Amino acid sequence: MKKENVPQDMSSLGKITKEVQYATDGSGKYVKELSSGWNVKINALDVAWKDIEARVAGARQQVLAGAASPLLFFMEYRLMDIGILADYTGFWKWQIKRHLKPEIFNKLSENKLKKYADTFNVSVEDLKTMTIHED
Amino acid sequence: MKIDFQHLQSAHCESGVTSSLLRQSSFSKITEPLAFGIGAGLFFAYVPLIKINNGPAITFRTFPGLIFKRTCDALGIPVVRKKFSSTEQAEVFLLKCLEEGTPVGCQVGVYYLSYFPKEYRFHFNAHNLIVYGKEDDNYLISDPVMENATKLTSYELQRVRFAKGALAPKGQIYYPKNQGEITGEQIKKAIVKGIKRNVSTMLHTPGWFAGVKGIKHTGLKIKKWRDKLGLEKAGLYLAQLVRMQEEIGTGGGGFRYIYAAFLQEAYAYIKRDELIEISTIFTQAGDLWRTSAVQAAGIYKGRLGSQDDFNIMGDYLMEIAELEKAAFKALSKVKWHQ
Repeated sequence: MKKENVPQDMSSLGKITKEVQYATDGSGKYVKELSSGWNVKINALDVAWKDIEARVAGARQQVLAGAASPLLFFMEYRLMDIGILADYTGFWKWQIKRHLKPEIFNKLSENKLKKYADTFNVSVEDLKTMTIHED
Repeated sequence: MKIDFQHLQSAHCESGVTSSLLRQSSFSKITEPLAFGIGAGLFFAYVPLIKINNGPAITFRTFPGLIFKRTCDALGIPVVRKKFSSTEQAEVFLLKCLEEGTPVGCQVGVYYLSYFPKEYRFHFNAHNLIVYGKEDDNYLISDPVMENATKLTSYELQRVRFAKGALAPKGQIYYPKNQGEITGEQIKKAIVKGIKRNVSTMLHTPGWFAGVKGIKHTGLKIKKWRDKLGLEKAGLYLAQLVRMQEEIGTGGGGFRYIYAAFLQEAYAYIKRDELIEISTIFTQAGDLWRTSAVQAAGIYKGRLGSQDDFNIMGDYLMEIAELEKAAFKALSKVKWHQ
């Protein structure tokens, strides 16, 4: 890629920092050139986030329909799978799978709920009601 | 407490950290492309069984941690690397290094990395940064992908050093041990070693999923994605491919441009004309990766979507596989001792 062809489309990252790209100058020598973003990858990131938003919305519906506990909603919201959640909370994966059932979640001790709430960075009350505060 | 340390922006975090940590003893001779090439950083792997953010695991670089390890190893520099089970011990050790005047590399997760924009914060645990001081409660951070040096509170740093999930950093700290000046002869040997190693990983890694074979097979798979996954999921997978290839940290073209730059810099140490010629093949490969990204974007934006469009996409990867195979074969034939 030639230096003058390094794209300068504005990305969410570009507002905070430009990134280094390697490109060739007039003599064919590689130099570092700063880029503020490229539409092709801005769109790729958008696709990823649209998918996440759809998952979060889908999880909320499942919880409201009584098919899953609020854990599912917060897992999607925090981009976690059961493995990551297990690592952060110290629960076993099989325990989390049980806690994803509403009837079992509803009987969890305050202590266990607190572990989940801390991991998701919300209060226990917010955890139960799927309330999020932008952070 | 602040170590005399100059922040230098790089394309890729680990090769940037490696280059920066070796700057003093190498008198800035170990640039980012040299660190990347000596560390045999170029790679490709597609592992459909492992899912990352609900998409397939795709990588264009070697396994995290290897670039620093291999670069120091090839230069004959001993490395200190430590992991911790307790956050307190991890901080005590970090402070001890800083008090001794040693800037250190840290492996961190990006999900809680406060200075990254939210859109970039996934549970990715193989990011690297340098800590070079502490003022009040703030650690002074040189994150190679950022334009400027930055800061993290002790709590924020602890949180990213102890991020959880795949490749959990466990507080990992690393730095090259103090040694004398790195000589041109050392660098020369290390370059040859790095190239041989990269020839081997790209041409001879067993299995269909890695190296140039991996690129070819991914091309074949992509042609089937439309029928197998449906348009929406196929678009999601292609978007994942493009992000791994082009996002911050790659230098563009799936690290192929950094590698092309490495071969140019290698020529300054080893005067083999082939290095310059082969460098241009990697430039072509990088350009073709970017052309394929434009095609992929057409699909995930919904502008393209026919089977023909997927065939074109797959064919780009097949063509790239041939290019890179030819480039590494040519590298394997360079006569280093004449």
